[in-house]
Parts: sequence; C-alpha cells; structure tokens
Amino acid sequence: MPIDIYLNVAVGGILAGLVYGLMALGLSVIFGVVRVVNFDHGEMMAIAMYASLLAFSLFKIDPLLMILPCAVLLFGLGYCLQGVLINRFITRPEHSQFLLMVAIAIIITNIQLIAFGPDARSVQTPYAYDSYQFGRLIVDADKLYGAIAALVVAAMLFAFFRFTRLGTAIRACADNYTGAQVVGLDVKRLYALTFGLGCACVGAAGAILMLSADVTPQFGPVATLQAFIIVITGGMGSMVGALLGGVLIGLTAAMAGLLFTPSIKAMFVYGILVLVLLFRPQGIIGKKTS
Amino acid sequence: MMGRLTDGLPRRALVLLALLLALAVVAPFCVGDYWLTVLILILYFAYTGQAWNIMMGFAGQLSLGHALFVGLGAYTTATLFAYYGIPPWIGLIAAVAVTVACGAIIGFLAFRFRVAGVYFAILTIAFAEFARTGFDNWSFANGAAGLFLPVAQYTHNDLWQLRGHPAMFYYVLLAATVLVFVASRLILKSRLGFYCLAIREDEQAARASGVNTFRYKMYAVMISAGMTSFAGMFYAFFYNNLFPEQVFNISRSIEIILAPLVGGVGTLGGPIFGAFVLEGLAEGLHNLLDTFGIDIPGIKQVVFGAVLLLVVIALPEGLWPWIARRLGLAERR
Repeated sequence: MPIDIYLNVAVGGILAGLVYGLMALGLSVIFGVVRVVNFDHGEMMAIAMYASLLAFSLFKIDPLLMILPCAVLLFGLGYCLQGVLINRFITRPEHSQFLLMVAIAIIITNIQLIAFGPDARSVQTPYAYDSYQFGRLIVDADKLYGAIAALVVAAMLFAFFRFTRLGTAIRACADNYTGAQVVGLDVKRLYALTFGLGCACVGAAGAILMLSADVTPQFGPVATLQAFIIVITGGMGSMVGALLGGVLIGLTAAMAGLLFTPSIKAMFVYGILVLVLLFRPQGIIGKKTS
Repeated sequence: MMGRLTDGLPRRALVLLALLLALAVVAPFCVGDYWLTVLILILYFAYTGQAWNIMMGFAGQLSLGHALFVGLGAYTTATLFAYYGIPPWIGLIAAVAVTVACGAIIGFLAFRFRVAGVYFAILTIAFAEFARTGFDNWSFANGAAGLFLPVAQYTHNDLWQLRGHPAMFYYVLLAATVLVFVASRLILKSRLGFYCLAIREDEQAARASGVNTFRYKMYAVMISAGMTSFAGMFYAFFYNNLFPEQVFNISRSIEIILAPLVGGVGTLGGPIFGAFVLEGLAEGLHNLLDTFGIDIPGIKQVVFGAVLLLVVIALPEGLWPWIARRLGLAERR
C-alpha cells in the first residue's frame, strides 16, 4: 500500500513538472537565441493565467481551449516587447537588460494586483475531481490532460526549430550572430520572433496551469524564479534540458511534500538550485563553456 | 579622516549637505505624524539602498535577495528581545554576526564556484526564498503565524530598549543613515573601495593587476550584509511584527534596490536622492488620488516600475549623476 502512494505522488509530480518544463522551455529558447534573461517570465505566465480565468468566468471556456489564444496573445506581447524595448538593450551590459526586465515585471505584477485584487483565484472545470486508474496507479484527469497538452506544444516547438526554414534561420542566429547577418538574415526580426515564441510557450503553460493551480499577482515573481531554477538545472539554452529540469523539479517538490510537509517543498527546490550552481553550473544537459 | 571625507568635493556640495542635514534634524518639529512616517520611509530606503550599493554599486555584485539580510537582522534582534529580554543594541551585535556569516557563506559559495552575473542574482533570490520558507516552518520563530513585539508606549521614549515615539525612531534612523553615508564615502576613498571599483569595471584586469578579487568581493558582501542587518532591527522594532511572508518576500528585495537604481548605482548621493524622488512621487500621487476619493493599492509600485523603466532606458547612470553635473555638485577629478 505505501508503495502505491509514493508511485502516485511521483507520477503526479512528473506530470506537473512537464507543465513547468513547458514554461521554462520558453525561457530557455529566449536565452539560447537572444541571450537575454527574461526576468518577467513568470509575470507573463500570470497574464496568460488571468486571461484563461477571465475566459472561464465570463464565457465558461475550458482553459485547455485557451492554450492557443493565450499563446497568440503572449506571442504578440513578446514580439512587441522585443521589437520596441529589448532590441535596443542587446548591446547594453547584462545587468542593464536584467533591470529593464525587473522594471517590466514590477509593472505587470502590480497592474494585475490593481485589476484582480490580491486574492487567489481558480477555475473549477467539470473534470476537476476526475481521475483515471491504470492498474494500481491513479492519475488526476486535469494533471494528465495538462501534461499531454504541454508535451504537444513542446513537440510542435521542436518540430518548428528542426524542420522549418524559419526555425533553421533562428538557430543560425543563435549559433553565430555575425554569420547570420552576413548571409542576410534579418536578425532583429528573428530575435523578436524568438522572443514571441518563448512567450507563446509560457502563455500555453499558463493556460494549462490554470487547470490545477490558483493564480495571484504574487504568483508571477515566484514562477519566474521557478522557471530560472528549472532552466539552470536543465542547462541554460537547452530545450530538452528545460523539460527534463521541469520533470526533476516537479518530482522533487512532490516527493518532498509527501515525505515532509507541503509548505517546505520549495526549500528542496532551492536546495537543488544551489547544488546545481555549485557543482554542475552548465546544468544536466548543457555544454561546458570556457 | 576629515580630509579624506571632504577631499575633492566642491564647496557648494558641502554647503548643500550641511543644509540638508540641518533640515533633516529640525524636520520632526515642523511636520505631523503622517509626514514623519514618510520621512522615516525615505530614510529607510536611503539606508538600505546605500548598504546594497556597497555590493552592487562598488563591487558590481548584483544582489536581488537583500530582504534576506533585513529579515535575518529583524528576526535575530526580535527573538532575542521577545524571548530573552536582550536589548536591541546588544541583539544588533548578534544580528550583525549572523548576517555577516550568512553573507560570507553566500559569497564563498558563489565566488569560489564562479557563480557570476545573473546566476549570482538568482542565487541571492534563492537564498532569500529559502529563508522565507524556512522561517515559515520554524516554530521557534513562530513560523507563518508571525512574531510580535510588545507594542511601544508613545508617552515614554526608551532609546536603549528602542521603545517610543516615531520621532525617536526617526532620529535613530537619521543617525544611522548619516553613518552609513560617511562609512561608504570612507570605503570609496580607501584601498578597499578602489579594489572594489576595479573589480566592478573589469574583474579579469583587476585580478591580473594583483588584486585578490575573491577577498575583496567577500568584504563587499559581508560589509553590505552587516549594514543591512541594522535595517532589519529597525524594521522589527518600528513595526513590532514580523511575518516571514513579508520580510523575506522578493518584493522587499526589489524595493531595496529601487532607490539606488533610480538615483544612481555606485554613487553616494544616488540612494538618498532616489529614495526622495520615489517616495515623493508616491506620496504626491497618493494625495492626488485621495482628493478625488480614489484608493488603488498597487498604483505606487506601478509608478515605481515606470520610473525605473524610464531611468533604465534614458539615464542608465541614474538621476543623481545627471543632476549633480548640472548643479555643479559633482566631485572634481
């Protein structure tokens, strides 16, 4: 019997971790190509979560159906942000870019506070308490749907980078900035596109997460930190690493919540970050840079 | 020492400083309780901003987790006072020891293992968040339920126990702000300061010219952490309540860095000027909205964010260097 509990919690953690992995995937793509650390990543996810919340409370639209609209919305936001503001900061020092994002993050979080108030809000889907049973394994329906949706979105992103001309062009920019300019690629537009795509990932993740999590204005900063922890754990700039990191963090948090108390699980996650930063700073998958 | 303090400053800067100090000393006699609280907030952010500035502005190490040091200072002095009756000034010695040790651990791990730049900033946030969840679950410090100090009696000022009227707190904080300002100036003019600036500008070059960069980065973090612990003590005894959710929150860390960022990172006038500008704006806006009967929580932070955004885009050096040049207050080189 106890083994069953561990197994169920572990599977739940992995499924939840895939959604966090999708969120972190966006951050990783942006960092890998544009070399800008998107410090308002979690705040952007909160925008998608509030959009799904509004759609649900006003029109009873299932958050899963909001994945595409949220992705499109956040793509637009990210594209404009990169085009209007961040492109000017590409040549500025790292901490200057970072502070620009901090400023944007403060504004987003507090506009959400003004618009929606400080209370935690959630969505009650008809299948919120459903579950599937596979042998002795019991899986929550919302977590299963969420994980599948996250995998589908991630697969689409992989396919885009692998098999389309545009995706190849973006990878070229990431590999060699000057080279990409020499062969005539419009690097600034490709950067904006990449930033948009990264934001679209986090938008999709936000809609999915609304199935199982509450949203508050304070959720944004915490999610940003979580995205960073996942990306650093998986390897900055690595797409597979982001998903793996998400799964690892989800699993750790779930097991720590089961073995100790749920409120302490974040400490284990920070513990992982510290260990990774110290002993494997390039992450699980990342390549060692000189 | 006096020479080192005033060396190179134009006379009008000194006159202005003296004037400002005189104004600050008489201010509590001229304003009501409301504005006194505003002044305390300004000084608080000037103080913490200056302490943070030593790490980021002088040595170039971006900390986004300074709430950790505020929180540790607050909890150390408050638990010693509430549980053992130890006066805050004695408790402060313990608080400084705790925060300096904590800063040393973070610095040692980060600098030994070459965690730099944005990774370092993330590491500092992670430590602050680690402390937040830790204190939330630590029953000795009363966990998430919060720690309360016996409420101050306004009729009787007790400086030693730090219980009394806000005006007393104001003078304590003013003295501390002046002290930290003078100390920062002395550091900036010392060997330590020059080494720190060299590290900020180009760490490899500094190391190549024989600066022990590890050691001086450690000094910067430890000094900054120790100074910040006083702000924690002040916070605990001024507000009389402590919640991990509040003192260790990321938004507290962000608040601390706003004043020096807007005023000018690495400058001495920056944190003070930035704190005045930001709080002045916030209060102006609050009163304006108040006259129309509107109360919007969060609008202050939106304005702060917008100001920071503008400054980062248009004046990356900050407001103070720009204004100081125009007023002829800048230091002669």
